[in-house]
Amino acid sequence: MIEVKNLRKTFPHKDTQNKKAEKVAVENLSLTIGTGEIFGLLGPNGAGKTTTIRMLTMMSRPTSGEILYDGKHIGNADDARQIKQMIGVVPQNLNFDQDLTVGENLELHARLYHMNREEREARIAELLEYVELQNVINDGVRQLSGGMKRRLLIARALIHRPEILFLDEPTVALDPQVRWRIWELVRRLAKDGATVLITTHYIEEAEELCDRVAIMNKGKLIDVDTPQNFINRFGRFVAEWRDDVHRDFRFFNSREEARQFIGTIDAASSIRKSNLEDVFIELTGRKEGL
Amino acid sequence: MLSDIWTVFWRDWVVLKHRMTAFILSRMVAPLLYLVAFGWGLGRSIQTANGASYIDFLVPGILALNSMNISFNSVTPVHAERVYHKSIEEYIIAPIRPYAYVIGKVLAAVLRGLISSAIIIALSYAFGAHFTITPLFLLVLILNCAIFAEIGFAAAMFLSTYEQMGQVNTYILLPMSFLCGTFFSTKALPDALRIFIECLPLTHTSYLLRGIGSGAEVSLWSVGILLIYLVAVFVIGGQAFIKLKN
Repeated sequence: MIEVKNLRKTFPHKDTQNKKAEKVAVENLSLTIGTGEIFGLLGPNGAGKTTTIRMLTMMSRPTSGEILYDGKHIGNADDARQIKQMIGVVPQNLNFDQDLTVGENLELHARLYHMNREEREARIAELLEYVELQNVINDGVRQLSGGMKRRLLIARALIHRPEILFLDEPTVALDPQVRWRIWELVRRLAKDGATVLITTHYIEEAEELCDRVAIMNKGKLIDVDTPQNFINRFGRFVAEWRDDVHRDFRFFNSREEARQFIGTIDAASSIRKSNLEDVFIELTGRKEGL
Repeated sequence: MLSDIWTVFWRDWVVLKHRMTAFILSRMVAPLLYLVAFGWGLGRSIQTANGASYIDFLVPGILALNSMNISFNSVTPVHAERVYHKSIEEYIIAPIRPYAYVIGKVLAAVLRGLISSAIIIALSYAFGAHFTITPLFLLVLILNCAIFAEIGFAAAMFLSTYEQMGQVNTYILLPMSFLCGTFFSTKALPDALRIFIECLPLTHTSYLLRGIGSGAEVSLWSVGILLIYLVAVFVIGGQAFIKLKN
C-alpha cells in the first residue's frame, strides 16, 4: 500500500517583477493506493501529476509531507533502497542511454537492480519478446520509432519484476494502435498482481484502465473515486448544446430530465450518456476549459 | 556498494569498447603534435636548467596536461545525461548509493586517462625521451586523472548549458595546460601569478611526474595537496549529485 500524507512541492521561480518567489507545484496532497490497484492521476497540463510521480519514485524530494510504502518511509535511506528495488518507473521522457544499444540499456537496468547474469539474460529475452522488440536487441536506441521506444521504456521498467509500476503519460503522442497495445500491457501487468499508478491527461485512457482515479488541478487534489462512481455522482446523462463558438453541457440523473431541459433552450442540442471527460471538465473548470 | 560501482563503470567500459579504435587514434594526435613541435622542433633550441634535453622536461608536462584533459572530458557527457537526455534519472531511481555513481564515473574516466597516458609514454620513448616509471609515478598520474574527472563531474552537476561546459575548457583547463609547469618552469612567472599557479593541482602533478621520472627527490607535500583536492572535489560532486533531487 502507498500512503501519501500532506505532500507539498515548491520550486523557486522569478515573479513578474523578476523577484525570487516560490511556485507551488503540489499542495497538501493526501492519497492511499491499495495493493493490486490500477490508480490514475488525471489532470490538465501543469496539474502536478508528473511532480507527484517524481516524488513518489524518489526522483524529486518533497518540500514537506510523507510518503510510505507498506509503512516504510522514503526519507530513511535503507528503506528507500528497499522501496526502489520494488518499484518500476516508465518516465514521460525517453530517458535512454543514447550510447548503448537496446540490449545494453536493458542490461544496465538489470545490473542496477542487482540481478545476476542468468536472471538478466533470461529476463531481457523474455521482455523483449513481451514487447515484440526481440529483433532490435543490437540496434542503438536512436534507431527506434516513437512507439518502439515507449514499449522499450515499459520493458526496462519491468526487468526487475517490480511490485509497483509508475507510468507517467505512457501513451503521449502515440498513434491509437500503439496506445491500445500499451493498454493491453498494463492490463496484463495488473492481472499478474502489480500495483499500477498511471498519470495521463487522456481521460479515455483513465476510464479504460483505472480502478480509481484522482483528479488534480493546479497542484491540488480535487477528488478521488472510481470512474463509474464519478459518473453516477454527477449524473448518468448529459444534455449538450452548442452554438458556432461555445459548447456547454449539464448533468442529469435520467434521460427524461435531460429531455425536459433541452426543451427550454434555443440552440443545437443533444442528449447522451455522461463520461469521465464531462466529470473532469466539471471538476477542473468548465469555463476555462471550454 | 562495490557491485554498484562496477555497474556504473561497466556502462562506461561498454561505451569505450564501442569506440576504442577511434578513442586511441584521436588521443594520439595532440601528444604527437606536442612532441613534434616542442620536442623535435622548438625543443632542439631550448636549454633546460639542469642541461637535460627539453623533450625529457616536456614529456611529464604533456602527460599531466593530457591526463587532465582526457579525464575531465570523459566525464562531461554526464552533463548531457543530466540536462538533455535525462538518462541520469535511471541512476537516481535505482537502488544504488549516490557515491557509487560518482566513484564509478570517476574510475571510468581514470581508465581513459591512463590509456591515453600509456599512448603518450609509448610515443615519448619512440621520440627518444628518457624517464623512469615507478609506482609513485603511476599513483600521481592516477591522482591527477581522478581529480580532474571529479572536477568534470562537479561541473556537469552545477552547470546548466553545454556552452558553459565548453567555457570550463576554455577559461580553466586551457590556461592550466600552458601555465602549470607543463611547458616551462613556473619560476619564470611573475610572483603573484606564480603563487596562484602553484596552488593548482596540475602544477603539483607536473613537478611530481618530472621529479619522479628523472629520479630527483620529490616533495610528498605535493602528493598531500593532490589528496586534499581529491577528497574535496569528490565531496562537492557527490553532494551536488545528491541534491539533484531538490
